Amino acid sequence: MTTDTRMTETAVTDRLSQGRAFYHSQVSRRQMILAALVLALFFSLCVDLALGPARYSLGEVVAALFTPGSVSQQARVIVWEIRMPVALMALVVGASLSVAGAQMQTILSNPLASPFTLGVSAGASFGAALGLAFGVAPINAFMMAMFTAFLIHALSLKRGVTVETIVLLSIAMVFIFNSLMALIQFFASQEAVSTVVIWTMGSLTKATCPKFWIALSILALSMPLRARHGWALTAMRLGDAKAESMGVNPRALRLEVLVLVSLLAAIAVAFVGTIGFIGLAGPHIARILLGEDQRFFLPGSALCGALILPVGSVISKIIIPGTIIPIGIITSLVGIPFFLFLVLNHKKASW
Amino acid sequence: MVTLQLNRVSARYGRRPILEEITTPCFQGGQVVALLGLNAAGKSTLFRRVLGLLKDEGEVIISAERPVGYMPQDTGAKAVLAVYESVLLARMQERGLKVQPEDLSQVDRALEELSITTLGERDIGDLSGGQRQLVSAAQALVQEPEILMLDEPTSARDLNRQISLLTVLRRLADERQMLILVALHNLGHALRFADAAMMLENGRLIAYGSTAEVITPALLRQVYRVSTRIESCSKGQPQLIVEAAI
Repeated sequence: MTTDTRMTETAVTDRLSQGRAFYHSQVSRRQMILAALVLALFFSLCVDLALGPARYSLGEVVAALFTPGSVSQQARVIVWEIRMPVALMALVVGASLSVAGAQMQTILSNPLASPFTLGVSAGASFGAALGLAFGVAPINAFMMAMFTAFLIHALSLKRGVTVETIVLLSIAMVFIFNSLMALIQFFASQEAVSTVVIWTMGSLTKATCPKFWIALSILALSMPLRARHGWALTAMRLGDAKAESMGVNPRALRLEVLVLVSLLAAIAVAFVGTIGFIGLAGPHIARILLGEDQRFFLPGSALCGALILPVGSVISKIIIPGTIIPIGIITSLVGIPFFLFLVLNHKKASW
Repeated sequence: MVTLQLNRVSARYGRRPILEEITTPCFQGGQVVALLGLNAAGKSTLFRRVLGLLKDEGEVIISAERPVGYMPQDTGAKAVLAVYESVLLARMQERGLKVQPEDLSQVDRALEELSITTLGERDIGDLSGGQRQLVSAAQALVQEPEILMLDEPTSARDLNRQISLLTVLRRLADERQMLILVALHNLGHALRFADAAMMLENGRLIAYGSTAEVITPALLRQVYRVSTRIESCSKGQPQLIVEAAI
């Protein structure tokens, strides 16, 4: 009789520790994946730095990075002063757009959500086009993007902050700004139109050090805010009713995140133009690798997004030697088939 | 002692009144209270009002040290989260980012309580409806509530799952002295598992008391429009027999 009880107790303890063991193994697996992503990121950054009109070996780049004294002055200047700002900008913009996309997908519970579906990018493009075509100084991309975000914010406050409201308003914004964009192109001079078109393709060559620091600080400052809401954001994916039952206020959270996301996207689009796809693909790849626990999903999205741009940048440099194709074109053209392959091959039902 | 009492509690969406001056006796820990009524009678609204998600006239008087646990109706949301994570998530909301061993123990305990330990590694998107409801109940339990409210936890589930969940609820009330409010469609279940019942009709509380006092042929004829009779089974428990719709 006592043996029986003891055996049952052991069985129960075993079963209990099984769940815990699963949790711990899952956590350490995810930490490994994050570490691997950081390594991959460093590697692709080095390759990106090595490529250009003057090519260096990976060894030379690593030497220039860690012992600048040991390489020629020319290499040092090219790696550190010419290519580094562009390459770092690529990382920060990739991370910003991907984090913005991840949060949009989370608060709207919609796999199609990204900074672009929100209309923020369309607003930024319109602002930039207005500036480029007519030299209307104060209305630059950033102001227009933030204006769009606050408009969506105000209108959804009025009508109730539901997923449907935000999505409908966003789609309306995209159409309005696209029409306004066409209107500008219709009236502007030939040269202005071509400047606008090139701008909308998105290019990293516009990067400078001050821009990099601004973008980085916005991303860095917003991270603790997101971390504070980590559990609440994960809960949002279970639906509003469930989130409420866990003590989350879904509407307030949605509004707060909306502002942060707009800020990130506006900065990115204002500095490097429209680079689509990352805000959509970065989070999806991170979700497949890491799941949706925001403690891992959020840094994972940032890393995946950061990884896509240097890879795209490398491809944009080698596809036609001597020409750097605008990165926005490359990320979509090369990235989307890969992305579709990933998503279509992933069997878990997540939406 | 854990108690819950409503005093002239109302609720409305916009201008439309949903609940009108609901006053209940003082419910106590250890009781299972069945909330009955047709769809749209105001059952879910009553839960939301008790949780403080809606504000209106009247008082909700709660004496408990922990927040009220709530299991809303199943919405079938999907996400890439393991069952274990999704239950941990419910516990961590008020606890900061760092997961403590105690938190994991509580997750283990909640899963064990509902006999779904083996589901821990499955993705919540891959579960059947019945399994999802048990996970949802675990998410409420892991917060260690003293008062637990469940909105139709057994709707359209396998009979086995219905009975096992209700058995767990009965045990939580008996052994942990929890106060459990549960919205039920199945009156037979209410008779068998609940101590007390409240009948809502169009936002008004039209009857309350012990289950035997509320679940009567006369009231069921009026509210549910069915003719019924109640008989004692061989073990002396009351059984509801539905004869016809009228």
